[in-house]
Amino acid sequence: MVEFNLPKNSRVTGGKTHAAPAGAKNLRNFKVYRWNPDDGQNPSVDTYQVDLDTCGPMVLDALTKIKNEVDPTLTFRRSCREGVCGSCALNIDGTNTLACTKFISEVSGDVKVYPLPHMPVVKDLVPDLTQAYAQYTSIEPWLKATTPAPERERLQTPEERAKLDGLWECILCFSCTTSCPSYWWNSDRYLGPAVLLQAYRWIADSRDEATGERLDDLEDPFRLYRCHTIMNCTKTCPKSLNPAKAIGEIKKLMVARTV
Amino acid sequence: MSVQNRPLSPHLQVYRPQMTSVLSIVHRLTGVALTAGSLLFVYWLVAAATGAEAYETARDLIGSWFGRLLLFGWTVALFYHLCNGIRHLFWDAGLGYELSTAQRSGLVVLAGTVVLTLVAWIAGYAAMGAL
Repeated sequence: MVEFNLPKNSRVTGGKTHAAPAGAKNLRNFKVYRWNPDDGQNPSVDTYQVDLDTCGPMVLDALTKIKNEVDPTLTFRRSCREGVCGSCALNIDGTNTLACTKFISEVSGDVKVYPLPHMPVVKDLVPDLTQAYAQYTSIEPWLKATTPAPERERLQTPEERAKLDGLWECILCFSCTTSCPSYWWNSDRYLGPAVLLQAYRWIADSRDEATGERLDDLEDPFRLYRCHTIMNCTKTCPKSLNPAKAIGEIKKLMVARTV
Repeated sequence: MSVQNRPLSPHLQVYRPQMTSVLSIVHRLTGVALTAGSLLFVYWLVAAATGAEAYETARDLIGSWFGRLLLFGWTVALFYHLCNGIRHLFWDAGLGYELSTAQRSGLVVLAGTVVLTLVAWIAGYAAMGAL
C-alpha cells in the first residue's frame, strides 16, 4: 500500500557529530543512518568527519575507517570489497549501489549513507532481507528438466548460452528491488526486479524444461504486473544489468503464448 | 533483540528522483488529471444537449480565463499521456529498454508534449479567428 510517510517509530531524529582528529585537512562529512535495536530510540543520522588523506577511495573504505577508528558500534554488511558478493548494497547519495565500488569522489558534498530503502532495519545499515530471499526461493531458481539426464552435460549452442548474458551476473544485492517504488508499495505481493530477473534467467535457459509452469506462476496482477517500467532498477544496478528489460521479456512471453 | 519494532528504512525521503521515475509518476498523474478533466467535457456535452441557455453558460464558464487555464492543463496532460503511452507500447513490444534509449525517448515525449500542445492551441485560436 502506498504510504508516503515513514511510520512513527521510523522517523529519523537528531544524531551525533564525530569530529575528525585535529590537523586533518581533507575532510568530508559522512552522514550515516543509525538505529540501535536495544535503546528504544528512533533512528538518527550521525555525522562523521573523515580525513580523506588517510582513507581509501571507496565509500566502503570510509565506513570501515569509521568503524575501526571512531565508532566500533557502526554496523554494516560487507565481505568481498570488489563488487561480487552483494553484501554492502546501500543507499548512497540518493541511489542504491555497492559501497565497495562507489568512489567517494563520485559524490559531491556530504556523503549520505542509508540502508536499502523501504526495508525493515535490523541495525544501522543492515536491512532484513528475509522476505526478498523468500521471494527468490519462490521462483525455484534451479534447472528443471524431466528428460533423462544425458551422459555428459546438457549442452547449449553458443547462441543459447548468449541469452543468459546480462542475467547470470546478478549478485542478488537487491539494490534494484529496493529502488523500485512498486516494490515499496507492494512488496508483500510483487516479486520485484531482482527476483524477476532471476525468474527470466531460468525461463531463458534452453536447458530448462519448466518454462510453461514458470510463466503460469508469474501470471498474476501482482507478482509480475506491478512492474510499470519505472526503470529505477536498471538505472541503479551496480552491475549495469537491465532488470526492466528482463521483466519486459517475461511480459512479452506471456502475450506470445496466448495468441 | 526487538524484531517487532524494527523501523522501516527511509525511501521517498532519501531516494534521488530519477528522470525515468519522474516521467513515470507524471504519466500516472496526467492519467488522473484526464479522468477528472473528462468530467468537464461531459458537462459541456450535457449542456449542449440541454439547450441554448445551458450551453451559453457552459461556454462562458469554459471560455473564461480560468476555464481556459483548465483546458490548457487538460491538453498538456492529454498529449503527455498520449506520447508516453506510445512509449509504453514500444516497451510492451520489448523495445527501448536500454538506459540511453529510455533517456532519449523520455526527452522525445517531453518535446512532443510541448509541440502538440502548442499546435493544438494555435489551431484552436486560429479557428476562432483570434490570431
